[in-house]
Amino acid sequence: MDFEYLFELLCGGVVKGSIYALIALGYTMVYGIIQLINFAHGEIYMVGAFVALIITGILTLSGYSDSGLSVLVLAAVIAVIYAAAYGYTLEKIAYRPLRNAPRLSPLISAIGASIFLMNYVQLVQTPDFLPFPELVPEFEFMEPLSRFVSSVDMVILVVTALTMVALTVLIKYTKIGKAMRATQQDMVMARLVGINVDRVISATFIIGSVLAAIAGVLIASRTGQINSAIGFMAGIKAFTAAVLGGIGNIPGAVLGAMVLGIAETFGAGYISSAYEDVFAFGLLVLILILRPAGLLGKAVKQKV
Amino acid sequence: MAANDERKKLLEVSGLTMDFGGLRAVDNVGLDIYEGEIVALIGPNGAGKTTFFNCVTGIYEPTRGDVKMLPPGRPARRINGMKPNRITELGMARTFQNIRLFPAMTVLENVMIGRHCRTSTSIVDAIFGGRKAAAEERESIDKSYQLLKKVGLAEVADEFSRNLSYGAQRRLEIARALATDPFLLLLDEPAAGMNPQETHELDALITRIRAEEKVAILLIEHDMKLVMNISDRIYVMEYGKEIAQGTPQQIKENPKVIEAYLGEEAHA
Repeated sequence: MDFEYLFELLCGGVVKGSIYALIALGYTMVYGIIQLINFAHGEIYMVGAFVALIITGILTLSGYSDSGLSVLVLAAVIAVIYAAAYGYTLEKIAYRPLRNAPRLSPLISAIGASIFLMNYVQLVQTPDFLPFPELVPEFEFMEPLSRFVSSVDMVILVVTALTMVALTVLIKYTKIGKAMRATQQDMVMARLVGINVDRVISATFIIGSVLAAIAGVLIASRTGQINSAIGFMAGIKAFTAAVLGGIGNIPGAVLGAMVLGIAETFGAGYISSAYEDVFAFGLLVLILILRPAGLLGKAVKQKV
Repeated sequence: MAANDERKKLLEVSGLTMDFGGLRAVDNVGLDIYEGEIVALIGPNGAGKTTFFNCVTGIYEPTRGDVKMLPPGRPARRINGMKPNRITELGMARTFQNIRLFPAMTVLENVMIGRHCRTSTSIVDAIFGGRKAAAEERESIDKSYQLLKKVGLAEVADEFSRNLSYGAQRRLEIARALATDPFLLLLDEPAAGMNPQETHELDALITRIRAEEKVAILLIEHDMKLVMNISDRIYVMEYGKEIAQGTPQQIKENPKVIEAYLGEEAHA
């Protein structure tokens, strides 16, 4: 058995899983709080990538000639701010008016918002693939590892890890984090102890969008090209990851994303890369048959 | 109640009516609470007591009638249809008949959540960890510990709330309600499911809370011994209507109340 090849695939899988995880967290956090599958979440990721592309374009044209990495950071920060605004607005326009409607209504609204955003970007930008500049330089210290992990991949892994730590701290120790957990466990009671639930829901959408935008910028600088439809597949995959881990469960989303990423690269590497998506969704079917609540999900008990 | 009129009124409910479709769950009920009082709301099962609570705390918007809060030192506010979190901010807190803690949070966190509406840290402060945010967090922890000591739960502060005994969960609910700094505390059957020893301790706890926290208390309760012991005044509801009010002594002797609880005399 070729262990070097195995390790290479494993690294590729974890990188892929990191991106899925960043997006899946947005799905799972929103679902945890308002039991809504936010189908437009993938589009936020796409918008993040586009904003980053536009900013790098502007910076290049205006003659800003610092290192590629600083351009990337600047672009990412602005992309994150834009995506947060999109996420906030999306919730306010598409979901908040339907807060007390039957559960199917916001779901349809989510699908509508997704189609709208995709077509909006297609219309004001372009339906074609656009090249995304290579902004991450080849790090020298990465030389010995370059067989397994490229510099871009390393950036992805580090940024994802830092983001996860920040998110954990936010949810565990801050006031808004406590309010989010309380709202997730019992929304009516949260209101009764004085929590402004609407604000908490807005915050959840903003945080999810920030994570998605980070993922968008990272993936764009890895694949080197983006178009207005990339949000669709990424969204579906991340949703799969969230369901795989147990939707509503935050560590579950990360675990599910890693399992999904690794399963995909292994399937592609050992069997056939043409069937990459088949492995992803086959795995989902399998998990749903064997553990319907997901890897870390608890069986749903009816509240009395 | 001449003696009460000299005291400051804190809550004024008048003509409260709540319909669910064709069912009138609460029918033209009025109720006042004055400073320092413990008031009980009693009545047979299904009399509409909990619905009354839900109307007052903003979970339901009443079909008709007025609910007015008169916070000490601030202007009176009509709170019909106001969001529950706004009502809590104004100074009313409640507990539930079927306990509603946040089960996957620690005991301490459950109480700290109650402090939420009294601290001003915004999400931006929280993320960037301002000094003000840290100070507020410390203050919130201190205050929460004090409340846990008061209800006798300081030793289990780091347990998950779902692991507490039934009686302890009830006391935790009271601590969480107190954490919101209320001047009105509504307790929905605080003694339900408690053994006599726990009920006795609850009796002492409620009396102590009134003295130390400067809150007026309105409680729904079926344990008549507890009600008669601690209440200053009692309101009685039956089939959504208010059928009597008065001191515990007056209520004990009121024929309508006896009838509601024991059936008509002719049948007896």
